[in-house]
Amino acid sequence: MKTSAASFCKTNEASFCKTRVASFAKKVWIALAACALSACVTINIYFPAAAAEKAADKIIEEVWQMHPSDKPAAIKDKK
Amino acid sequence: MNIIKYLFAMIALVGALSAYATADLEVNTPGVNAIKSSMQARHAQLAGYYASGAVGLSMDGMIELRDPGSVPLAARQTVNALVAAENQDRDALYAEIANANGHPEWKAEIRSTFAQRWIQRAQRGWWVMSNNGWTQK
Repeated sequence: MKTSAASFCKTNEASFCKTRVASFAKKVWIALAACALSACVTINIYFPAAAAEKAADKIIEEVWQMHPSDKPAAIKDKK
Repeated sequence: MNIIKYLFAMIALVGALSAYATADLEVNTPGVNAIKSSMQARHAQLAGYYASGAVGLSMDGMIELRDPGSVPLAARQTVNALVAAENQDRDALYAEIANANGHPEWKAEIRSTFAQRWIQRAQRGWWVMSNNGWTQK
């Protein structure tokens, strides 16, 4: 027997009605939380450019056996 | 009140997830490490060719034999093999990083990030490809 909280309230006594409204409100909040969560997951599908650059530098330093303190040549002296 | 508690929980959730979104890329996996050490070993052989200009860094995160004439005929086969093996490793590296982070579709962006960084961090005297063609750093 599924009825919406609003229509249920009209035909029932107040205290019972309150619990129905409360449970309806809770459902709304859960739905909102789910929306917020999915929005966050959406953020994460964007490519993290800064993190990728950092990761690339770390690997390049290791492959070319450079010292991490070596400044990128482009900054040190531009040709 | 419950609603206020709920709001706080959601704010905490949003904060935690956006922190996760900006976290470092995972590059410390067995696959990445294996490719990295193979490239590290090969670099000892390639370094001389970068310096002589025989091999240059391309704009797509790869390397190229740009001046075969500067390599003695006897060594040309070796250089070609080195370049091919290096490019294979680089391609695998980009794919591996993308996969390790659960986003195989990031491979192209990882490749172009690397392309810029390889060129930017290349040593003086090495040849790199730019929009104007090959240039020496």
